[in-house]
Amino acid sequence: MAQVTIRDLHKHYGAFHAVRGIDLAIGDGEFCVLVGPSGCGKSTLLRTIAGLEDASAGTIEIGGETVNDLRPRDRDVAMVFQDYALYPHMTVAANIGFGLRARRMPKPDIDARVTEAARMLGITPLLERTPRQLSGGQRQRVAIGRAIVRNPRVFLFDEPLSNLDAQLRDEMRTEIKRLHQEIATTMIYVTHDQIEAMTLADRIVLMKDGVIEQQGAPLDLFERPVSTFVAGFLGSPRMSFLPATLALGPEAAVAVGDTRLPLAPDRRLDGAADGQPVLLGLRPEHLSRAQGPAPRPGWARHTATVELVQPTGSRSYATLRLAGAQVIAELQAHDVSAAGERIEVDINTARASLFDRKTERALA
Amino acid sequence: MPATRRRRLPLGRILLLGGFLAFVLLPLYWMVNTSIKPSDDYLAIPPVWFPEHPTMVHYTAALFSYRGLEGLINSLVVSVCATILSALLGTLMAYSLARFNTGGRHLSFWVLSQRFLPPIGIILPIFLIYRTLGIHDTKFGLILVYTVFTLPVSVWMMFAYFRGMPTSMEEAAQVDGCTRWEAFWRVAVPLAAPGVAAAAVFAFIACWTEFFFALVLTSRNAFTLPTVFRSFIGFQGAQYGEAAALAVVSLVPSAILGMLVQRHLVRGLTLGAVRG
Repeated sequence: MAQVTIRDLHKHYGAFHAVRGIDLAIGDGEFCVLVGPSGCGKSTLLRTIAGLEDASAGTIEIGGETVNDLRPRDRDVAMVFQDYALYPHMTVAANIGFGLRARRMPKPDIDARVTEAARMLGITPLLERTPRQLSGGQRQRVAIGRAIVRNPRVFLFDEPLSNLDAQLRDEMRTEIKRLHQEIATTMIYVTHDQIEAMTLADRIVLMKDGVIEQQGAPLDLFERPVSTFVAGFLGSPRMSFLPATLALGPEAAVAVGDTRLPLAPDRRLDGAADGQPVLLGLRPEHLSRAQGPAPRPGWARHTATVELVQPTGSRSYATLRLAGAQVIAELQAHDVSAAGERIEVDINTARASLFDRKTERALA
Repeated sequence: MPATRRRRLPLGRILLLGGFLAFVLLPLYWMVNTSIKPSDDYLAIPPVWFPEHPTMVHYTAALFSYRGLEGLINSLVVSVCATILSALLGTLMAYSLARFNTGGRHLSFWVLSQRFLPPIGIILPIFLIYRTLGIHDTKFGLILVYTVFTLPVSVWMMFAYFRGMPTSMEEAAQVDGCTRWEAFWRVAVPLAAPGVAAAAVFAFIACWTEFFFALVLTSRNAFTLPTVFRSFIGFQGAQYGEAAALAVVSLVPSAILGMLVQRHLVRGLTLGAVRG
């Protein structure tokens, strides 16, 4: 187990600047998820930590030791690859024990460890098969087994679930989370799937164009995104953005078209100017069908036209036309009858996000 | 119920397949047939389909009087050594080209371009160099030139194979505790085995049947099997029986090799595709 500290890390591929100055401190035993759209540099960062890519500049420390010049084998990390990377010419047992054999561990010790890892992952009956004879989920388990059997200081996962179907992905996600609770080793996990990021992470590091856009606990990022990019990336359906104008004064509000939505009195609006063009960010759960004669404190009421309803069973997502803009609202499954209907909605302006329209950064 | 009724082969199909089979096998049969015929039967009319008195005398003559056995041994030694060298060096070189992009885009093409060179264009300088170095008419000299001339194709076959292989397995091996070199030997090479086998077979066949270099670069000591056939055509006519006997003998190693690597060969020729 170890901390991983990254300082001002850069990676160039010729003229392409893939990673542009990353500073990151991952605590001992922490589950850190690197997430972002494809091409944001998250996989490159992970491969650089593993030693499969050389850093162009900056340092990587694992357990207080600078590992920049160490070969992958000497960094004491284990990695699970997207395509599993099992050795097709070896049995499952040989695959799992490969790293131990490469380190010249005595055979009885290898056998004991392989047996234990197989038991943990429920793949004992598969030990004598070859990877070709396994399903996708089984292969992924073997790949994880190959990693845990070495008992490394850090686990690296490179999009390990993206080749699995949806149901298996949910299953393996639970399994990985359980595994982390059991062995409590530092894990760094790369994914482009925001649900994986939200459900697995102690800390999410959201990357964009080779830099960290925001990092923190999943709910922090979800509730207090620093930019429209972060706000839009996390959460499904996406956050809706309404062009609005800020109206300061004794009762701060945002004007969306002709409509004035009062803001919660305790909202901090440091540095914001009266009349500043902003984007009002509303998550689906920030809207609900109006209840009672007046909105609750911190909420504002408005009428909207239902344009489209997408039931999911427990909830319905309704696309609404509100003050001329389109927003998605999460409603009770039976709340909405039909498209075209005009309904009253309550908007949770206390939890809604506000961004400057030009910079797309959040107003503090 | 399993179908018990036998499928009837249409007559046309039988004729087509039978004709093709005869086309392929008749020359082979005639070769074996000739090798055990008494010399009077070679050109007899009507042709003798099976000799009344089969004889092994051509075999003993070809192998001993005409030094066929020596040629056979030389051929085996030279071909096996050149094949091993070609496969070994070719694997290393192809891996380097495929994984490290050695020499950029041009080196790999330059390697293949060596095959564009007609051997006769360079035989004279090679002959002179060999004579100066004192390796003319030695097995070593022949192994050297065969290795050089089979390398381009070996490299290209394996280059394509390595390039089609995902890199993640070698990377996994390195993270798992292998050096780059160990990852190559323990993971990349076993996975590329079909490609290596296919390249080796091609190299072996090329060496085994090579005539031109052997003719010019050897004389009384390192002569190979193909050059022995030259002596069957003389002033008093051709020694058909001896030639056929030696041809039969020369087929044996190729046939054994072909059977051994048949399974790999098909996979090796459908380059790449090791996803499992």
